[in-house]
Amino acid sequence: MSWVTKTLSSTLGRKLIMALTGLFLILFLTGHVSGNLLLFKNDGGEAFNIYAKFMTTNPAVKLLSWLTYLSIIGHVIYSIILSRKNKSARPIGYSESKASTNSSAASRNMGVLGTVILLFIVVHMQSFWAQMHWGSIPTVTYGGEEYKDLYSIVYAAFQVEWMVALYVIAMIFLGVHLSHGFASAFQTLGLNHKKYTPAIEGLGKFYCIVIPALFASMPLYIYFTQS
Amino acid sequence: MILDSKSPAGPLAEKWTKHKFTSKLVNPANKRKYEVIVVGTGLAGASAAASLAELGYNVKAFCFQDSPRRAHSIAAQGGINAAKNYQNDGDSVFRLFYDTIKGGDYRARESNVYRLAEVSVNIIDQCVAQGVPFAREYGGLLANRSFGGAQVSRTFYARGQTGQQLLLGAYSALSRQVANGKVKLYPRTEMMDLVTIDGEARGIVTRNLITGAIETHAAHAVLLCTGGYGNVFFLSTNAMGSNVTAAWRAHKKGAYFANPCYTQIHPTCIPVSGDHQSKLTLMSESLRNDGRVWVPKTVEMAEKLRKGQIKPSEIKDEDRDYYLERKYPSFGNLVPRDVASRNAKYVCDEGRGVNETGEAVFLDFRDAIKRDSEDAIRARYGNLFDMYQQITGENPYQTPMMIYPAVHYTMGGLWVDYNLMTTVPGLYALGEANFSDHGANRLGASALMQGLADGYFVIPYTLGDYLAQNLATKIDANHPEFAKAEAEVKAKIQKLLSIKGTKTVDYFHKRLGKIMWNECGMARTAEGLTKAKAEIKALRAEFWKDVKVLGANEELNQSLEKAHRVADFLELGELMVDDALNRNESCGGHFREEYQTPEGEALRDDENFAYVAAWKYMGDEQEEELNKEPLVFENVKLTQRSYK
Amino acid sequence: MKLTLKVWRQKNNSDKGGFVNYPLDGISKDMSFLEMLDVLNEELSEKGEDPVHFDHDCREGICGMCSLYINGKPHGPQQTTTCQLHMRSFSDGDTITIEPWRAAAFPVVKDLVVDRSSFDRIIQAGGYVSVNTGGVPDANEIPIPKIIADEAFDAATCIGCGACVAACKNASAMLFTSAKISQLAMLPQGQVERKNRAEKMIAQMDEEGFGACTNTGACAAECPKGISLTNIARMNREYFSAVLSSDNV
Repeated sequence: MSWVTKTLSSTLGRKLIMALTGLFLILFLTGHVSGNLLLFKNDGGEAFNIYAKFMTTNPAVKLLSWLTYLSIIGHVIYSIILSRKNKSARPIGYSESKASTNSSAASRNMGVLGTVILLFIVVHMQSFWAQMHWGSIPTVTYGGEEYKDLYSIVYAAFQVEWMVALYVIAMIFLGVHLSHGFASAFQTLGLNHKKYTPAIEGLGKFYCIVIPALFASMPLYIYFTQS
Repeated sequence: MILDSKSPAGPLAEKWTKHKFTSKLVNPANKRKYEVIVVGTGLAGASAAASLAELGYNVKAFCFQDSPRRAHSIAAQGGINAAKNYQNDGDSVFRLFYDTIKGGDYRARESNVYRLAEVSVNIIDQCVAQGVPFAREYGGLLANRSFGGAQVSRTFYARGQTGQQLLLGAYSALSRQVANGKVKLYPRTEMMDLVTIDGEARGIVTRNLITGAIETHAAHAVLLCTGGYGNVFFLSTNAMGSNVTAAWRAHKKGAYFANPCYTQIHPTCIPVSGDHQSKLTLMSESLRNDGRVWVPKTVEMAEKLRKGQIKPSEIKDEDRDYYLERKYPSFGNLVPRDVASRNAKYVCDEGRGVNETGEAVFLDFRDAIKRDSEDAIRARYGNLFDMYQQITGENPYQTPMMIYPAVHYTMGGLWVDYNLMTTVPGLYALGEANFSDHGANRLGASALMQGLADGYFVIPYTLGDYLAQNLATKIDANHPEFAKAEAEVKAKIQKLLSIKGTKTVDYFHKRLGKIMWNECGMARTAEGLTKAKAEIKALRAEFWKDVKVLGANEELNQSLEKAHRVADFLELGELMVDDALNRNESCGGHFREEYQTPEGEALRDDENFAYVAAWKYMGDEQEEELNKEPLVFENVKLTQRSYK
Repeated sequence: MKLTLKVWRQKNNSDKGGFVNYPLDGISKDMSFLEMLDVLNEELSEKGEDPVHFDHDCREGICGMCSLYINGKPHGPQQTTTCQLHMRSFSDGDTITIEPWRAAAFPVVKDLVVDRSSFDRIIQAGGYVSVNTGGVPDANEIPIPKIIADEAFDAATCIGCGACVAACKNASAMLFTSAKISQLAMLPQGQVERKNRAEKMIAQMDEEGFGACTNTGACAAECPKGISLTNIARMNREYFSAVLSSDNV
């Protein structure tokens, strides 16, 4: 084994991958949420559609999207590998456990939370991302240029009650996942310091509430204001 | 028989240097042909095993615990002495030597003690190089404190866990040699007997505590680093597993046992709370720097306290007897361990004990808290106060601590010469297992020093001298002596398992402990000792008739393990009593009520008892034979200790 | 106090094992948890039943030999060792469940006794400074800032009991391993072998079959000596910088 594969197959190497992909996905979420804020603009979706076209055509953004796909896949695969290793580290469990007294529920259930989020991502990408790339969606013209009208797809989707509910619930799961994942990624990278860790933890708390809340507000906003 | 200590001739300060030079050396290429067995992995054992392996010898290290890191050296709190004179306060090798000899009440061998003081400085260097995190000053240099009434600050420490840090240092050195393949580790393995061939130690018989397998191991030399025998008292500050078995079985194979009656009773332990008590916990003696020891002046008031009718804080100052301050105005609460212990016993014997069992005195921090604030006291003793609260459920910031003396250390042990060799050639004893350096009383922070001195800096030289005189040919493990010793061990196990009596092992151990504590504890009398001897004999006979050991040999069997240990304690106990009866004087940890000054202090008899009493085993149920090693003091003047 | 003990009994490593209930009476609040088990064992012995085997030695909270998973927590309800746990932490009529440490790397030997030699092997992989006896510099030759020495000491107080592994949902030994790596990484004496040590000890830790870290913090919360999670972060740092810069290909 070369030192690279050896490192990446060690528990710490695998954790490193989880942390790096996780942090990249946190960055992605930040970008994703800020762009999508255009949904709140009362312009019939113009700004949003222009943004959507930019995001699917710009080469730099394309590279970033590929990194995002890779991160998701890496994050998922390595979580499976680690979960299996962790499971085999304790083949016989305890008959009684008071884990709630020593750790947060989020930290103990990252796998479950992640699985729900993954399922959500599948639905989410199927609804919008796949439509945008390969679906036949109506087009609109702004200033002589033709754009795919993703806004109308979004608008239609968020008229459906169960879709709105799904999004809101998924965002709660995401928030809980991030409530542990954000600071945990820094800890895994070894970035723990008396001076900075409180700030990282504070930022993590802020992030895990604000970002999912903003995401969740979008379907709610559309559902309640636009119908 | 007069024992030869083999102390080198010449001026004290040159003895060790000269001895190292005259000792024979083993050719470096030959070292790998020698096998050495080390039993016990505490400070002495781990440091010896590691150092010998570094030299190239093949070492087998045995411990009964699941890991070498658990050895009871780990529990030492206070610190380790070394004559570094880092504090510029007048310390020197000679002063440490002098303090140790005097502290031991002039019952230790000068040459050994001087060597101990001499190598003490190397120990600190060694430990720091291993990464032991000693306490430091803000400037980055090592911190020292004065300990146990010493006039100089020579004690190095790592908070209240010095023993732990030193042991983990030695354990790390040992682990490195295990990784190098020079030490083979045998955890959860207990030594059951010594194998001698033509009078020389050539191996041991062991029991694998998990499978029960009885095995033999051959070697060119055997080192016993098996600690002390304080558990003969049942209740002591020793670990539950600490035992005398290895040393005792070696004794029965010809190693003389020296000064068995010298036991140290530590004054500041948490008192016994009931019959269920399994062990006693030491509170660092540093507490006496700020705490004041007292009991009520009257028995009536003490009774009220015991019944819970009044609280200690309700007792007015004029009704309190700060008896140490009253009797020893200049040393007060800081009198040496033996004096503090004995006085606690006296006031409790008078009926003035303060807890339910009547065996406790107060150690009160009220005045210190008033003077220095609670925070200052917390900074000094916080971890000790927490420990006290954890065990007793009482808050010592609000109500005075209760303390009582407990058996802590045994100065006696296998007799060794200057080379640490016992009377069996090839058999060595290191650390608390030997008798050598502390005389009749050990000073605080000296046990760690001795264990590491023996293991790191003495045995690597003296063992070489012996091995160089032995051929490096492999010891034949098929020699009939091995089979014989193995058969004896198996027979003994079979015997224990087949008694199938009615009383548990603990039942006997507790009864033995009570006899020892009452008659061979803090204060002894000829009458009491004579009575104790008869009682121990009877108890031993009862044990072999009526003990109940459950289970089989071929499994993890903790009651069988314990039965072996208690069987040996039942024999050792009698020897301790014999030794205490023989020593018609009071010295250090041995206080015979018949021999005291008019003020009630220990009265030595240097004319008749300035010797080491080394006992030779003469056979089952036979009286042991007394051998003497006269103690000659060429460098110190014998004086009476006084703490008035 | 009257109690019911639900104790894991297992004859040996190949036995399947199971819980057995023992009623116990006359327990005093002043007893330590292990003394309470002593009482049970005396009763069992008197009845001719095999006593419950458990590891213990110093009974003053420092040797690290005692273990036991008590009512769903390593070393029971207090953040201390089992030997320092006292019965006043329980109430009359309680049922107390006692299980062995559960981890693939800590196989059960008998009843509540487990084999923790995997910890020894992790230390043997590099938890030391390679200095021979003798020939070392004077102890005061290298000054060490007090704050560093204190922090190294905090890491060095690990007693190797295995509560961290027992508490961790992944049976991970990161806290144990990181405590030793941290101690030696902080001290000047540990610098020479710093990279090698991190790589080797972690490789050994993995080989022993311990799980990975999810940063739940359960280990530090249950550690009787309060070893901090910052040690794990430091170990991660040590490891990543070691693999990137060491000469081990």
